[in-house]
Amino acid sequence: MELVLAVIVGGLYAAGIYLMMRRNIVKLIIGLVLLSHGANLLIFASGGLTRAQSPLIAKDGHVLAPGSADPLPQALILTAIVISFAVTAFMLVLVHRTHQEAATDDLDALTTTDR
Amino acid sequence: MLIAVLSGFALALIAPSLHRLTHKRTGFLVGLLPLGLCVYFVRLASGLDADVAPVRETLAWVPSLGLSLSFTADGLSLLFAALISGIGFLVAIYSGGYLDNHPQLGRWYAYLLMFMASMLGVVLSSNLLAIFVFWELTSISSYLLIGFFHEEEDSRKAALQALLVTGLGGVAMLAGFVLLGRVGGSFEVHELAAGAGLIRGDPLYLPMLLLILAGAFTKSAQFPFHVWLPSAMAAPTPASAYLHSSTMVKAGIFLLARLFPVLGGTPAWTAVVMPVGAITMVFGAYVAMRQNILKKLLAYSTVSALGAMTMLLGMGTDGAVKAAVAFLFAHALYKAALFLAAGIIDHETGERDVRRLGGLARALPITAAGAAAAGLSMAGIPLLFGFVAKEIFYEAALHGPDGWAAALTTAAVVSSMFFVAAAACVAYRPFFGAATETPKRPHEAPASMWLGPALLGAGSLAFGVFPGWIGEGLLNHSASAALGKSVDLHLRLWHGFTPVLGLSAVTLLGGVAAYAVRPRFTAALATVHRGCDAIGPQRWYDGALNGMLVVAKLQTKVLQNGYLRHYLAVILITLVGLSGSVLLTHVKEIRKHVIDSLVIAWETVEFYELGLAVILIIAIAAAVHSRTRLAAIAALGVVGYGVALVFVLFGAPDLAMTQIVIETLTVILFVLVFYHLPPFAIYANRISRARDLLLATSVGVVMGVLTLVATATQAYPTISSYYGEMSYDLAHGRNVVNVILVDFRALDTMGEITVLTVAGVGAFALLKLRLGARSRGDEEGSS
Repeated sequence: MELVLAVIVGGLYAAGIYLMMRRNIVKLIIGLVLLSHGANLLIFASGGLTRAQSPLIAKDGHVLAPGSADPLPQALILTAIVISFAVTAFMLVLVHRTHQEAATDDLDALTTTDR
Repeated sequence: MLIAVLSGFALALIAPSLHRLTHKRTGFLVGLLPLGLCVYFVRLASGLDADVAPVRETLAWVPSLGLSLSFTADGLSLLFAALISGIGFLVAIYSGGYLDNHPQLGRWYAYLLMFMASMLGVVLSSNLLAIFVFWELTSISSYLLIGFFHEEEDSRKAALQALLVTGLGGVAMLAGFVLLGRVGGSFEVHELAAGAGLIRGDPLYLPMLLLILAGAFTKSAQFPFHVWLPSAMAAPTPASAYLHSSTMVKAGIFLLARLFPVLGGTPAWTAVVMPVGAITMVFGAYVAMRQNILKKLLAYSTVSALGAMTMLLGMGTDGAVKAAVAFLFAHALYKAALFLAAGIIDHETGERDVRRLGGLARALPITAAGAAAAGLSMAGIPLLFGFVAKEIFYEAALHGPDGWAAALTTAAVVSSMFFVAAAACVAYRPFFGAATETPKRPHEAPASMWLGPALLGAGSLAFGVFPGWIGEGLLNHSASAALGKSVDLHLRLWHGFTPVLGLSAVTLLGGVAAYAVRPRFTAALATVHRGCDAIGPQRWYDGALNGMLVVAKLQTKVLQNGYLRHYLAVILITLVGLSGSVLLTHVKEIRKHVIDSLVIAWETVEFYELGLAVILIIAIAAAVHSRTRLAAIAALGVVGYGVALVFVLFGAPDLAMTQIVIETLTVILFVLVFYHLPPFAIYANRISRARDLLLATSVGVVMGVLTLVATATQAYPTISSYYGEMSYDLAHGRNVVNVILVDFRALDTMGEITVLTVAGVGAFALLKLRLGARSRGDEEGSS
């Protein structure tokens, strides 16, 4: 499955970066979202993949059973998901307002701060 | 001595507030400090004894760097310190009269005191790094003083030029100091002097010598670095008198003398220092003679005098070093006096051009007397100290290094003739002859102003009649300190009928002749002079400065072009280049690993996993390719939920839940915002899209391979097991991910919450912000 995941990560990165290099400001945001998905999956894969063994301590145990999924990357990704959502939400509002003020979605048209 | 140096800085801090309290009397109050310091230094100097080691004080500052505040009170440092504080006293009082009613006079005193303290630091320090620190402080305070009339463009330009030239020299000097410290094993001058033999034999000797000389030559305005000094005449005259004639410009001379026992006297030293000094001396004197603006004339003659001292130190014989010290003292006395007198003339008449000045002696009797004494000293007329210094100077030139004596003597005599002419221009022409009409009606300056020229002129006379007073004492100790051995300096007014006396007579006659033909001569050669100026060092400086600006603009345009995609491209090409090249060196292992994973995948991958992967890839492609906004959002949603499914399949239910919630919110937000946006437009042409696609694909490939490598290797043991073992026992939680987030790494989560809050506040503020409404309101208001 590592190989399959590697292909998906590669695809997410390629698509994200391609979209971020567009002049259309909306595509930039879509690209950023795809890129963060790619980064999350990369961290996830680097922790080692285990099928269906959640990092939960059994009711009668004191320690995590060996063979469980790695909890640390998961904690990192959880933080990353929430933060990328915050960034996306802010960007969307920013784009919305930019469009209202500047009446364009072309990054090249937004060259100066003064009008 | 530490207090002596630091008290200046302390007083500089409170000088502006003091001025607000005391107004007109500030000059005298502030002058008390340098006066006290001068008395202190003279007392220290009178206690000097050739047989007793000089007083040293050391205070570790940054021991790990070898930087300590160590001060030495030997003859050389005390000579400079006495001059700095003595002239500092006169200048402080003088500026009270000269800058009378200037609104920023308080600030002026602060700069002046800061300069004085820095300069004292330079001459008293015996640690090279401390010397460098104080040296740079003098450059900075000089910048502030030159640019004091900061409303004028010339002042600002001149200040910047002085800072750049001396600052660059200072950096070179620091490099030289570091080399010297490495080779000599210490930054203390007296310790280095003990190991001078080793240092002079080191292969790094020449580079370190050249670097240190660069510092000394820029500071002491040696050709071709002299350009900043005439420009610096844009400074208020007290600063010119203080910094640019008698003290700061001599810092380079001081450094040469201070390091003479360490670096001096070698063939390389003589081959560089002596010719540079000689060229500067002749060039400066020649240019000085054809100037008509008083201060410019004095500036070029200062350049010439600095050249003479450099030349003498470059010769390196005992006699030459003695002459350098005597000449330095004479020059400090008469040049400061002449500058102060020039300032008075400017202040009282509003005229700076010697051709339009005359007969001022009647209106300004005291100034005229002081200037006359100083001028006679500059011309080297008997009974004045300048004569004594010039005699010993000629003596040294006559006994110069083999084969050079004739050339050096000729150079010395020729530039001294120009000196006579220049002295006549500045001390005779304005005061005697027929009176002229000037912008202001002249009358004698206030006592605060004439005190300086009068005292300094009297000094030139007193030391001229009784040269032994200082010659046997401080100057002797100074020359001994510079040479690193005890010498005897005998200064006498009358040497008998010697060749030197003949040279003096020739000089005087030649000088008078030069003064007589000066106007016609200058007019005849005007074209030549203009031509020389057009290719002179000032042009080099302008060219270098403009070139730097052009390069700066160019690189800003290239590197900071304002296009996100260009920045991205630079970052990504670097990433692909660096990571890709590393990956390429391991291409065999990677290929084997890919084939292995392919086999494993073939055997282990479940069909639903493969299906999920296919769906994800299609959705990604759709998100990129879709032509409508809604399709793009839908595809983005599919990608998000697909990623959530990956989390479900591989034992991360918490992630999956979060991802699903967040994805839902994101899609809703996208729909809300996109509803208001125009349909997608394609802005880029086919070629740039193909180029971006190529770059994006290569990044994708690199990242994919990296993922594969990351899953296959483990460089360090994992720290995850700690959390697995401690989660329940320490934090009483069974969900390990949960415990990490809220307990072990709670501060990180706190940071995350902060980010969310900031984003939320930002978004809210953006929605409430009504730029258009306000600017429209403003337009209505103004129209």
